[in-house]
Amino acid sequence: MRKPLLCLLFLSLISLLMANSFSAKDTPWDDGKSIDLSWELSPMVKRVEISRQNGDEPARILLNTAESSGSFTDNELQPNNEYHYQLKAFFQDDDLTLLASAQTKEQWFYMGKLGFLILLLIICIAIIYYIQAARAGKEFFIRRIAGLDCMEEAIGRATEKGKPILYVPGISDLDDIQTIASLTILSHLAERTAEYDTEIIVPCRFSMVLSAAKEVVREAYIKAGRLDAYKADNIFYLTDDQFGFVAGIDGIMLRRKPAANFFMGSFYAESLILAETGFATGAIQTAGTAQAHQLPFFVVTCDYTLIGEELFAASAYLSKDPQQLGSLKGHDFGKLLIILLIVVGVILEILGVSNLKEFIAGAIS
Amino acid sequence: MKRSLPLFFAFIVGFIVLLSEFIPHSPFNQIVSTLEGWFMIISGFAILLGQISLIRMNTHKIAHRLPNWQYHLAGLISFALMLSFGLLWGMRETPGILGDAPGIQAWLGLKPFDYLFDNAYLPLSATLFSLLAFFIASAAYRAFIIRGLESNLLMITAIIVIIGRTSIGTMFTGWLPENLQFWHFPNLADFIMEYPNTAAQRAILISAGLGIVGSSLRIILGIERSYLGGDK
Repeated sequence: MRKPLLCLLFLSLISLLMANSFSAKDTPWDDGKSIDLSWELSPMVKRVEISRQNGDEPARILLNTAESSGSFTDNELQPNNEYHYQLKAFFQDDDLTLLASAQTKEQWFYMGKLGFLILLLIICIAIIYYIQAARAGKEFFIRRIAGLDCMEEAIGRATEKGKPILYVPGISDLDDIQTIASLTILSHLAERTAEYDTEIIVPCRFSMVLSAAKEVVREAYIKAGRLDAYKADNIFYLTDDQFGFVAGIDGIMLRRKPAANFFMGSFYAESLILAETGFATGAIQTAGTAQAHQLPFFVVTCDYTLIGEELFAASAYLSKDPQQLGSLKGHDFGKLLIILLIVVGVILEILGVSNLKEFIAGAIS
Repeated sequence: MKRSLPLFFAFIVGFIVLLSEFIPHSPFNQIVSTLEGWFMIISGFAILLGQISLIRMNTHKIAHRLPNWQYHLAGLISFALMLSFGLLWGMRETPGILGDAPGIQAWLGLKPFDYLFDNAYLPLSATLFSLLAFFIASAAYRAFIIRGLESNLLMITAIIVIIGRTSIGTMFTGWLPENLQFWHFPNLADFIMEYPNTAAQRAILISAGLGIVGSSLRIILGIERSYLGGDK
């Protein structure tokens, strides 16, 4: 009677042990800084504790869970290093320890971004193609952008009234592409103000932007042949603080009463405070930003608003350079491509096919 | 040379940063983090330029007694005070040149820099931010004035969202039966925010993304040069 019972107990123990597994694998297609851990234990497990044990370092507990199976990614590791993991499973009367190790490996490609790369390449090739076509003399139709056409009107009004123009290049630093786009617009605007001998005031929030803005305006005045009219003190630093910067600009608007205000670049909560104060002073206002949340404020309070893409197209549009205008045609191609992808994606999703969505979203199935 | 060297650097750096988005292997990831470090270092030095600009502009206005010169004097004094307090006695956990000023801390309850920060700077900042509420009201009033079909639609949508986001919305249509729950104000407001609003915002974001691609490409290829101050 005892022998079959012992056999049964032995077999059940074996099956219990066989059901338990713990593995560690290098995360595929990454920068070699993470390892994927997965475990499959008997449902009778009460608690699972996973820790990392490396060399002489004390063991670091990564996870404490009651789930009998699951996965976990250990991040922020060093590339090309071997890591050892220990899983402790606590059962009612017993506990079990499982070990696993893996080596992190740097990969040469983020496979999850393949969809983005293909899209980017197609759009870049299209832009380069249209630039080349423009170089070859092909003319493209570019729709009018009222916010940029108004620049002449704003400068003219400021000149007539003998008032300055205020140009705010956003509140982000030079590492924001919107600030770069803003500086390219400033270059064109400063050239026109130099021609009309109208004063331009450029308050800056960051010192890097200040240096770049000074150089841009100075070069624009040189280009217009009016270096004598260039006033370095009109491009100045106010403060790094967001609301301090806004208070400073509001003060300038109320004291100097500029005839035209330009708010181009990246704006956040201060957008409405700036634009509404400008509206109260009666200035003609033009704003441009790619911050979707701030656009409604600008649309309401400004005479003209450059929406998203128009901010980046502004320099090309203003330069009237056929090569740059050609690149705008490339944007249109990109838009067409994305519209097509959305339509095809929606149809495929309705049909229950998710491959395209997963491919674009960077999900590796 | 003055123009071609920055263009060359823009091309090389732009290309490397672009590649590093798709290549996780070293040295690309290290180069990008190094470049980011360089940017921080250059920014640190550039702060000095900002301070010089600030002092020069303000002193010029004070020296020439230009209109409102008193404000510039107040600005300069505030700047000097905060700078001196920060340097002499530090802030929060960081000691200054003269240590932690236990005597002043016992009197003020805080270090002088932190005292001014908490009792002058923060209230001023909050005051300015709170103006937003009044500006939103006046801007909304102008936006909602009925002029045509679009402003009519805008006003109706705004009223639904405003009511739906307050407890009045629940009170107005809370009695609706289960099969008409879609018309319940909070549900309508959620629908507007989740579908038409999100769709429009995403359209703007996608077009802005395309604009960024085009703009970056023009800069990397050296077609766009006006950010350097000139086209040629």
